[in-house]
Amino acid sequence: MTVEASTREAYGRTLIELGKQNKDIIVLDADLSLSTMTYLFAQEFPERFFDCGLEEQNMIGIAAGLAASGKTVFASSFAVFASCRCFDQLRMCISQPKLNVKIVATHGGITVGEDGTSHQAIEDLSLYCSLPSFTVIVPADAIETTEAVKAAAATYGPFYIRLSRPKTPLIYRKGHHFTVGKSITMKHGKDVAIIAMGIMVAKALQAAKVLANQGIGCRVINMHTLNPLDEEAIIKAASETKAIVVAEEHLAHGGLGSRVAQIVAREKPVPMSFVNLKDRYSLSGKSGELLQRSGLTAEGIEEAVKQVIQKK
Amino acid sequence: MSNHIKVASQDTTGTNVFDLTVPELMEMAKKLRCHIITMIATAGSGHPGGSLSAVDIITALYFKIMHHDPHNPRWKDRDRFILSKGHAAPALYAVLAESGYFPVEELTKLRKLDSRLQGHTDRNLTPGVEMSAGSLGQGLSFGIGIALAAKLDHHDYQTYVLLSDGECEEGQTWEAALSAAHFKLDNLTAVIDRNQLQLSGWTRNIMNIEPVNEKWQAFGWHTIEIDGHNFDQILTAFEEAKTTKGKPTIIIAHTIKGKGVSFMENNVEFHGKAPTLEEAKRALQELE
Repeated sequence: MTVEASTREAYGRTLIELGKQNKDIIVLDADLSLSTMTYLFAQEFPERFFDCGLEEQNMIGIAAGLAASGKTVFASSFAVFASCRCFDQLRMCISQPKLNVKIVATHGGITVGEDGTSHQAIEDLSLYCSLPSFTVIVPADAIETTEAVKAAAATYGPFYIRLSRPKTPLIYRKGHHFTVGKSITMKHGKDVAIIAMGIMVAKALQAAKVLANQGIGCRVINMHTLNPLDEEAIIKAASETKAIVVAEEHLAHGGLGSRVAQIVAREKPVPMSFVNLKDRYSLSGKSGELLQRSGLTAEGIEEAVKQVIQKK
Repeated sequence: MSNHIKVASQDTTGTNVFDLTVPELMEMAKKLRCHIITMIATAGSGHPGGSLSAVDIITALYFKIMHHDPHNPRWKDRDRFILSKGHAAPALYAVLAESGYFPVEELTKLRKLDSRLQGHTDRNLTPGVEMSAGSLGQGLSFGIGIALAAKLDHHDYQTYVLLSDGECEEGQTWEAALSAAHFKLDNLTAVIDRNQLQLSGWTRNIMNIEPVNEKWQAFGWHTIEIDGHNFDQILTAFEEAKTTKGKPTIIIAHTIKGKGVSFMENNVEFHGKAPTLEEAKRALQELE
């Protein structure tokens, strides 16, 4: 049976731990702390928590000013508001001056579900990856979330970490070793490499299991860090498997698929296939239904694997 | 560097290291206006109008009001100055150079390739610059972050933010106005360089922001209105801001765009256009 856990709850609990260790950790939110789980930190350290109200642009500027004064600042909202709503502020106040601000956004992707298009961040990774100094991470489960948040706190500079609304399957155990920018090979295989991030890692593992029974050996890579990208692992996968599938809960353009393709095209061109949200908005519906409708499933990955192998 | 820190740590009296008199401030401002004209004319581009309207306010801060150490730009107890209207960078650069943050000769490098003096301010390149600005409406938020940090750390430094009047059209300015009052930031003082002109014309025609004073009062700020070219009034306003408790202060400084150069005054053409070398010569003759 699959055990599920909440990535945003893992974030909230990790913030408390960090807050105890470091008095310079400050947390900001934009009236969503009950959902982003930053309220857990607020309860523990009320003097170091500031609710900026529905002022995302202002929140980013405040975060930058605090960081310029020596603070390590975590600022949270839903992924759609933490990217699209305040992009110029991210660019001018955090990215260009390289300030120590960690944007941890929940409710990423279409798994937000019933709230629909306005609340589904499907272009956030493209936007954040376009900002030169941002480290961009999409953890694969709640355990990896804790490690990613700790790593962000321990590393100077701007970070974007994207989390989910629903609970997601646990694929790691406590003690999981996480390094920023270093992908994790979850399964070895010679016929094709599936490079995935976030919720798609668990689905890639499922697909690989089914395909193994059909005699297709899949390498599964958890590419949790989109920027800086683990180019070495991508080049190795292209050289050794000669076919790559990229699976992500994001639009086709500017996300993990685009970024991996750029490396593959430059270093080791091989056939590629992509499992993503293509070039359109999603709908209201249950997260499982939306994933099914968009083909963001283990079956969708299996199909992509079979297509790409034929092109080898 | 250790020597600089020593100087700064000795300087705990709360007074400005220059402590100029009003006649000296006027003399300094005249010199800075000459730098601004020369810099922008040499660069061949830039924003003279808003630099000339703002320069008296910035001069008062660096040469009389603020507690700062040019030899130790990131001294932690310094008062902070945030130039939100980043296009007035030449005015800030001139002040920083004359107060010793970098050599005055460097001013001629404005906007040149590989210069530390970018067209709009860059916090990581120029000693003394607190914020990378240029996209309007963001400085007050940045100042709030700094003022909050001061409260958290029980530091008594002041944070000053200079806004343009055009910036009061940006929604973020009003987000920041709400939150600075909400957080009761009495260690934060904003100044509006109310020169009434923006890039394409009079603010009242482009997007009317009046009544300015009542708006800021309604947002919970203590407001002061002054002539932004009168040093007595500027200094008194900053003193009043410092002693106002429980709320942030905004100084609405009525200024003249292009102040000091007859053919630039109230002339919107010189919002973002460099004077020709001939015009610069005339401007310098007028100033001297």
